[in-house]
Amino acid sequence: MSEIRYSKDHEYIRVESGEGVVGISDYAQKQLGDVVFAETPPVGKALKKGDPAAVVESVKAASDVFAPVSGQVLAVNSEVESTPGLINEDALGRGWLFRIGLADASELSALMDEAAYADFLKTLA
Amino acid sequence: MTEANQKTPLHALHIELGARMSPFAGYDMPIQYPAGVLAEHLHTRQAAGLFDVSHMGQALIESGDHTAVASFLESLCPADFLNLAPGRQRYTQLLNENGGIVDDLMVTRAPGAEGALRLVVNASRKEADFALIRQRLPSGVRLTPLPESALIALQGPVAAATLARLAPGQGLEAMAFMSARPARIAGFESFVSRSGYTGEDGYEISIASAQAEGFARILLDQPDVAPIGLGARDSLRLEAGLCLYGHELDETVDPIEAALSWSIQKRRRVEGGFPGAKRIQDALANGPDRQRVGVRPDGRAPAREGAEIVSADEAPIGVVTSGGFGPSVGAPIAMGYVARSHAAVGTPVNLMVRGKPLSARIVTLPFHPHAYHRR
Repeated sequence: MSEIRYSKDHEYIRVESGEGVVGISDYAQKQLGDVVFAETPPVGKALKKGDPAAVVESVKAASDVFAPVSGQVLAVNSEVESTPGLINEDALGRGWLFRIGLADASELSALMDEAAYADFLKTLA
Repeated sequence: MTEANQKTPLHALHIELGARMSPFAGYDMPIQYPAGVLAEHLHTRQAAGLFDVSHMGQALIESGDHTAVASFLESLCPADFLNLAPGRQRYTQLLNENGGIVDDLMVTRAPGAEGALRLVVNASRKEADFALIRQRLPSGVRLTPLPESALIALQGPVAAATLARLAPGQGLEAMAFMSARPARIAGFESFVSRSGYTGEDGYEISIASAQAEGFARILLDQPDVAPIGLGARDSLRLEAGLCLYGHELDETVDPIEAALSWSIQKRRRVEGGFPGAKRIQDALANGPDRQRVGVRPDGRAPAREGAEIVSADEAPIGVVTSGGFGPSVGAPIAMGYVARSHAAVGTPVNLMVRGKPLSARIVTLPFHPHAYHRR
């Protein structure tokens, strides 16, 4: 079973066998609108929690995607660079941005689980 | 402060249509509808889009005769209004004493109305514009703002057929680009110009505020007409290479730098007599130091407003004033100012985005061809 966690900046990280798959939440893609550009980090780059890691741009604005945890970039989704609209169509699935190796699994506990994120979104309305 | 924002006569309709609203120039305006900016942009290019532009400032400058009104406006703007024919419209700029642009606006001489010119100015500038005009009014000339008039734009290749169906026999489809006249459309009295801000064929329709919602509903009921928000209005005008006040234009920029010399007719170039004439005539004769240009990044990353433009060897040469993704172009596009030495079409430049130089080149404007109804 995978578990998904969210940051207050609307990144998600889905943990699968010790690795994290990072993207932006469905709420974030709706707020951004039509995504027209995505830039992923170089594979191998060491990221600290909170570092700008990727960029997602909609027709309206550019938006940094921050590393929700520390770790090394293991792989990136080249499909979203050629077809950025995947982030709108399937943010949690085919719209993922990069995989990260977890440097410190305890950082996950500082992130919100699905229920806590849903509550957090209610405070933004 | 949301409560401070004014509402246009179509505000309730925008909410009903599911618009995402945001403050713009002191008004609560629709940024996009559920279809989204990309779909709205493409719909306007392929069919017809309805835009609420009621936030813009409409006004009349009136006097007994055309010469008095036209001469007054020529003392503030560099276009030729003395020779503006009845039923014709011109794009121009209000200038400060240095020839800097206070606002850009449309000026229309209504057919049959002797001694009146209609103005449409930017929402964000109307107070400044009206104050400047009032300050200079000669005796016998009046400024009359029209706050009880809404303004609705219908833009796109299907706009003409749509109005022809709603106003049969009135010949609105035969109107020339930049002409204007009163019309009765679907029973509503209106004042129509064949103009717009998208690069497409289309109309801007001035109508009494109290009737605007009923009129807009009839337009939206027509096949192929969809509501379009300010998000797509911006990407459409950027693809069309049109200036947006506060971005390409401000009080430091003159019309020659802004590549708007086409809007200054020959008599005015020769005679002058408008604010900042010396600077503008000098720039016309010798070329401006900096120039508005189109820029196409080579890659897929858009460069936004404020991005620095540097030469191939990374010397600073200018700045991006509008930038984003062009949905009809299918690629990132930008406008900005560069030093004249680097303004030639084809010049390779770099755009500084997130600290990195992105290769780009200077291109001709517009990015997407205009489809105006010229005769």
